Amino acid sequence: MKLHEYQSKSIFARYGVPIPRGRVAGIAGEAKQIAEELGGRVIVKSQVLVGGRGKAGGIRLAKSPQEAEELATHILGMEIKGLKVRKVLIDEAVTIVKEIYLGITNDRAKRCPVMMASSEGGMEIEEVARKTPEKILKVAIDPLLGLRDFQARDLAVSMDLPKEHWKMFITIAHGLWRAYQENDATLVEINPLVITGDNRLLALDGKMIIDDNALYRHLDLTETRDLDEEAPAEIEARKYGLSFIKLDGEIGCMVNGAGLAMATMDIIKLFGGTPANFLDIGGGAGSEKVAAALRIILADKNVKAVLINIFGGITRGDEVARGILTAIREVKPKVPMIVRLVGTNAEEGRRLLANSNLITAETLVDAAQKAIAISKGG
Amino acid sequence: MSILVNKNTRLLVQGITGHEGMFHTQQMVQYGTNVVAGVTPGKGGEWVLDGKVPVFDSVKVAVEVTGPNTSVIFVPARAAADAIFEAADAGIELIICITEGVPVADMMRVRRFLDQRSVRLIGPNCPGLLTPGEAKVGIIPGNIAIPGNVGVVSRSGTLTYEVLAALRLSGMGASTCVGIGGDPINGTSFVDVLELFEADPHTEKVVMIGEIGGSDEEAAAEFIATRMTKPVAAFIAGQSAPPGKRMGHAGAIIEGGSGGAEEKIAALESAGVRIARHPEEIPGLLNS
Repeated sequence: MKLHEYQSKSIFARYGVPIPRGRVAGIAGEAKQIAEELGGRVIVKSQVLVGGRGKAGGIRLAKSPQEAEELATHILGMEIKGLKVRKVLIDEAVTIVKEIYLGITNDRAKRCPVMMASSEGGMEIEEVARKTPEKILKVAIDPLLGLRDFQARDLAVSMDLPKEHWKMFITIAHGLWRAYQENDATLVEINPLVITGDNRLLALDGKMIIDDNALYRHLDLTETRDLDEEAPAEIEARKYGLSFIKLDGEIGCMVNGAGLAMATMDIIKLFGGTPANFLDIGGGAGSEKVAAALRIILADKNVKAVLINIFGGITRGDEVARGILTAIREVKPKVPMIVRLVGTNAEEGRRLLANSNLITAETLVDAAQKAIAISKGG
Repeated sequence: MSILVNKNTRLLVQGITGHEGMFHTQQMVQYGTNVVAGVTPGKGGEWVLDGKVPVFDSVKVAVEVTGPNTSVIFVPARAAADAIFEAADAGIELIICITEGVPVADMMRVRRFLDQRSVRLIGPNCPGLLTPGEAKVGIIPGNIAIPGNVGVVSRSGTLTYEVLAALRLSGMGASTCVGIGGDPINGTSFVDVLELFEADPHTEKVVMIGEIGGSDEEAAAEFIATRMTKPVAAFIAGQSAPPGKRMGHAGAIIEGGSGGAEEKIAALESAGVRIARHPEEIPGLLNS
């Protein structure tokens, strides 16, 4: 789950990371009031869950409360990469002497968190990583020991941070690590961490992603999930524990297992069709979950055929069949459905489905080709 | 012959009395796997499967009484890391965790702990292992594979079944099938399993099923190019997947150019691996 900049920064602040004074606003008048409280010069920052806000014009400097209101009006009407801006963060403007990058994420290959720092922070950090990788410093964090002081100090030394800032940098690095660990984050990032004109370290931006699998330990964070940023179908899918991504094609897919779901999409593409979605019902899905999945797929008006591909292991064919029958009774679908059911309890499943009006297939290729023929008006 | 599990496997089932644990224990016993005990805290003293399998409150006691050498875990995600620690602490050397949805921070601590001991973990979020005709540890449907000389290793669950079924349809069997699981941090990598297959005298060919994300397939390509003599065929899932909505730079900095299907396929092809466009092509690639 991604958190907004204002949410991330307020979490960082709880762990001792200094952030600019500021507040979030949903209407332009509020932005003006906050700017007045902050002394006039402010940054108006769109709060959407995508990168590239600055380049899209969603982050602007206002020299007066009046201008803050105007900019907020403009930015609150914007769409950035398809996401409507509904909130702006009004932060005090500061003079920037230097921009640093500081972040933590999991390194899959090393199987541990890695803290990364660079003296060349700012919008071009990925460019820096590509062209001059030696300028990105990395330290692996032992998951049992946590970040050690010497590691943070090494980063400060290696990136030639002036000595007077070491102590604060180490405090910030520790704060960021604790924010990462205690909230089950998979990413925390401060870009830029700046040295200000009055010689302070300040986290001007913040990003945070929380491990969805660990949300049960963080119910306070779950409540802050911004549903405005997600497609309704994806919200509905999550409610039932389904993994769903909407695409633009014509063949709705319901598959068990992420790998098989991707392979099913690959085959549809390979034989000239277009998948309408990725949908993994997960392992051990019961009939209720299957029915929900089918409702979500059928709600998409582009869908001309539905391909159900279940290879039972922990998922049982009979349970899936019951779910399909429930959904058919409820939704009364008009589009043809192709079902391929194999593996655990598949025979019983096929028996349950024998009397409904479904097209059956033996192999994955067979199923895909039948679905494609139908979606193309066959 | 086989790797990791066989007729000598003495299996413990953690979470045996749960919905999934019970069902799949039944399936494993039916297949002929030697299930010696189960663990469910609070149900110690009970017997399941018509009085055939004793249940204990802890792995420690189950080990003392019944001497298992392998454990399979069916407990809910929030208890999975603890179940792995418990099995390792009790001296089990091969642990298979079927559970899906384990927090990644838990898995990093588990890996760090296990790396300091001689314990092998397979999974989590995996279908387990199947040595056709000998033992089934996990949830792979037993009837979809026959004994043979093809080693199968996969990051996916159900996609593995697809490949086993395709092999069977062409009259080809598997030495052992290993599902290593699709989570970002898991216990056993492609390279670990390829190494075992390379050393196993009864495995003559290998099938590898990968997917987008991470760089485990690239590491496997490197291993195949430099250390493997046996032919390998592969399928990589996710070739049609749209690039995800991404936020933050850290992931891109860490993974650099790897992770996409194209990069993985290119790395494997240059290591001499034959790439299938879909799973049903695999038997043909192994025979040619």
